[in-house]
Amino acid sequence: MSAELGIAAGVVDLVRRTAGADAEAEVLVTRSDLALTRFANSFIHQNVAETGVAVHLRLHVDGRTATGSGSRADADGLAALVERTRAAARLAPPDPAWPGLTAPTATPSGPAVDEATAFASPDERAERVRAFVDAVDGLEAAGYCRTAYRSGAFANSAGHTAAGSAAEAAMDGIARAGAADGVARLCADRLADLDGAALGAHAAAKARAAADPVELPPGHYEVVLEPAAVADLLQNLAWFGFNGKRYAERQSFAEPGTAQFDPLVTLVDDPLHAGTLPFDLEGTPRRALPLVEAGTTRAVAYDRRGGAAAGAGSTGHGMPGSATFGPIPHNIRLLADPGVADAGATVAAGPVSAGVTGAVGDPDTAALVAGMRRGLLVSDFWYTRVLDPKQLVVTGLTRNGVWLVEDGVPTRAVRDFRFTESYPRALGAGRVLGLGRAPVRLPGRVDGSWYEAPALRLSSWHFTGGASG
Amino acid sequence: MSEFDAATAAVQAALDAGARYADARVMHRRYESMSARNGDIEELSQDESIGLGVRALVGSGWGFHAVPDLSDAAARDAGRRAAAIATASARVPGPPIDLVPAEAAVASWASECAVDPLGVPLSDKGDLLVRATATMREHGADLAEGLYQIWDTTKWFVSSEGHRIDQHIRECGGGISATSIGDGETQRRSYPSYRGQYGTTGWELVTSLDLAAHAARIAEESRELLTAPQCPAGETDLILGGEQLALQIHESVGHAIELDRILGWEAAFAGTSWLDLARLGSLRYGSELMNVTIDPTIPGALGSFGYDDEGSPAVARDAVREGRWVGVLAGRDSAAVAGLDYGGSVRADGWARLPMVRMTNVGLEPGPHTLDEIIAATDDGVLMDINRSWSIDDKRLNFQFGCEVGWEVKKGRRGRMLRNPTYTGIGPAFWRSMDMLSSETVAWGTPNCGKGQPGQVGHTGHPAAPARFRGVRVGVRA
Repeated sequence: MSAELGIAAGVVDLVRRTAGADAEAEVLVTRSDLALTRFANSFIHQNVAETGVAVHLRLHVDGRTATGSGSRADADGLAALVERTRAAARLAPPDPAWPGLTAPTATPSGPAVDEATAFASPDERAERVRAFVDAVDGLEAAGYCRTAYRSGAFANSAGHTAAGSAAEAAMDGIARAGAADGVARLCADRLADLDGAALGAHAAAKARAAADPVELPPGHYEVVLEPAAVADLLQNLAWFGFNGKRYAERQSFAEPGTAQFDPLVTLVDDPLHAGTLPFDLEGTPRRALPLVEAGTTRAVAYDRRGGAAAGAGSTGHGMPGSATFGPIPHNIRLLADPGVADAGATVAAGPVSAGVTGAVGDPDTAALVAGMRRGLLVSDFWYTRVLDPKQLVVTGLTRNGVWLVEDGVPTRAVRDFRFTESYPRALGAGRVLGLGRAPVRLPGRVDGSWYEAPALRLSSWHFTGGASG
Repeated sequence: MSEFDAATAAVQAALDAGARYADARVMHRRYESMSARNGDIEELSQDESIGLGVRALVGSGWGFHAVPDLSDAAARDAGRRAAAIATASARVPGPPIDLVPAEAAVASWASECAVDPLGVPLSDKGDLLVRATATMREHGADLAEGLYQIWDTTKWFVSSEGHRIDQHIRECGGGISATSIGDGETQRRSYPSYRGQYGTTGWELVTSLDLAAHAARIAEESRELLTAPQCPAGETDLILGGEQLALQIHESVGHAIELDRILGWEAAFAGTSWLDLARLGSLRYGSELMNVTIDPTIPGALGSFGYDDEGSPAVARDAVREGRWVGVLAGRDSAAVAGLDYGGSVRADGWARLPMVRMTNVGLEPGPHTLDEIIAATDDGVLMDINRSWSIDDKRLNFQFGCEVGWEVKKGRRGRMLRNPTYTGIGPAFWRSMDMLSSETVAWGTPNCGKGQPGQVGHTGHPAAPARFRGVRVGVRA
């Protein structure tokens, strides 16, 4: 039994002894070792590490529910957590919609944990920063290298237990050539798979290609979105569309069973694909959840409460705050259509022979760009916010490089744009002109959250103004 | 072992391991939140967290380590690890780091609090939210939501320069919102603000909001918005309510004057700033009506404290005076790099997070008018209030904001309600267009300011009053 499972089981036992046999309790204990080395102006300016334990208790007693959490795992700390959560539950209102506890269920294994990543030294992170900074070759560099390890255990008073661990490494950096930035970003299971020099060289090439941008008029443009920009689409679709609570409240565009996207779009929330604990806050085993299959919306995410109300059951998306904000998929993959992947470059909308330049950066994107008569290549999106949640109309800006593409070739760097666009509409039937074949895993803002996508070619994106005025 | 003892042990261990400066902060925070929806309590959550974070400077490299353990052994180990991390930073070295001089303070400070928010019975707090959300449902809201949050934080700070400061800061606030769902769109009205109003004060703030009294009105307005005409697209005079202006200040002034952004330290993530330090003191930021202060001493405002997380005392200073940029938000190291002589704006959102440059209370001094006078003086324009969406570029220049509600202003009168109002512009041009400013100031609290990696949530305050801006682009649509 792991130390975390021992703590979780101990809290369940403490609840049973103090609140009675009828009390229902679920406990998640997570130990974390997180470290992040941050650089700017080509030197390490922040360098942090933390070791922590979080104990999360949800208690349902006498028909009432309360949640408590704490950072202390010693006997006094756990006793205090149980006592204050019991006190809160006594004063809470009746909870007739309590969904009950997860029954004893087998928990899948997540990906193997790379110990070298889990407990990497600050020197190992600094080495990759050194390589990134050296590779930008005189440009200014900024970004981070992080490693994360979480060991978690769950126990509830219905006799269900689960345990698992996860590790992740990520690097995210820009190179700056005057006012032009180029970006390289990658999330991996192993720190060894992060090549600081390769990422730095990629960012530098893009920054140099972004120099001397011109202003273009606002309007609707065909676009190729690089994976970093596609990740923003996936994140907003997840928060506001595939969120089971928003769906139940008719605030989501999602309509399961309906063809809402282009047939090229297949989205799956796939937490076991990489560095995430194999169960959720409620102990529900995680599994792959097809959200969109060949353009047809298939599912939304649920925690136990939402899943019970919908008659669908939990999809393993219980999380802190899901009772309020709703359950949100955090591990979405945009898949290339299998037929497309097998067929070579045909649906990638152009021959790879267009070549790779600093602006394009990789053959996968080059294939999409090569098929575009006139449009824009977009590296990244920034500060996207929802104007209309139901139609998922989003405003935001481009960042880290935009280029005008003419007859399949990037011809000029372009100044950043502001856009206003409905994400489901932009991905609608007939609007997806091509998918790349090489997905890239992009790190979320916290470990365990990631989005994986290839580059994406869309027939239209509404740019509403230039960022410079 | 006392909290001060743990912090002292961590600092000493860092020094013993080679640090030339170290500080440590023990932080104990109790957090409580409750949300209600449609007349029922939705979630009640309580969190208690305590731990120690130690920061070490070795040569010109920083290191930080945090642990949830205040034992002597754990504290000393954290100090040693912070020094080791700082040593690793030297593998990619930068320019020499200094700290602007600070007087070693030995002090205690506590925020004002008439009614302890954690002492108010949960049942009373729940009744408040249940009553308000039930009323909104009765008046037509499809979704009626209410929320309060409470933070009760005690900190013990020790530095190798002799600081020894403890602070007890109590913050709370809340609000309600009504959402109406129509055919293909949703409309929302909130009171008193998007996410509510917050302050460094006691439960008396929430009581004074009288949430239930406003529930029926906002529910009815949310339904009315579903059939209101769209905000027209074009260029017009724009009158902003104080709550929206607070966010405008936050995004297009507060973040822009953060010295770490100006120096490029946030370049890859939060972004930089359009401001150039060479023009500090001379740059025209806005019209002569624009007087922005940085003031963590405002009683009850959400960005108030006694000492920041480097031990610098709270001091008020100017950021923009008569439209001219004159001050920044700084820490001791960033100020030294920039050649300035003050810090005082460095905070962390928990024991496990590195203190960094954060807004305190960044606010606009009041003007001579009232909102009614501004409306009366406007021949053709739009009045917008209560933020709905916010987006600004990485240099803090180009922004687009959406508000929950707008109203036509024609010939000096407030006219029809307008739905989906948005406006967009470029910071300095927008601020230069401000020509009327109200005296009706409220210090709006923002409890959700995100910055930093690993991410941190900051609490900031923004005194603001309604104001008018000439020739602004409104009504941008997909």
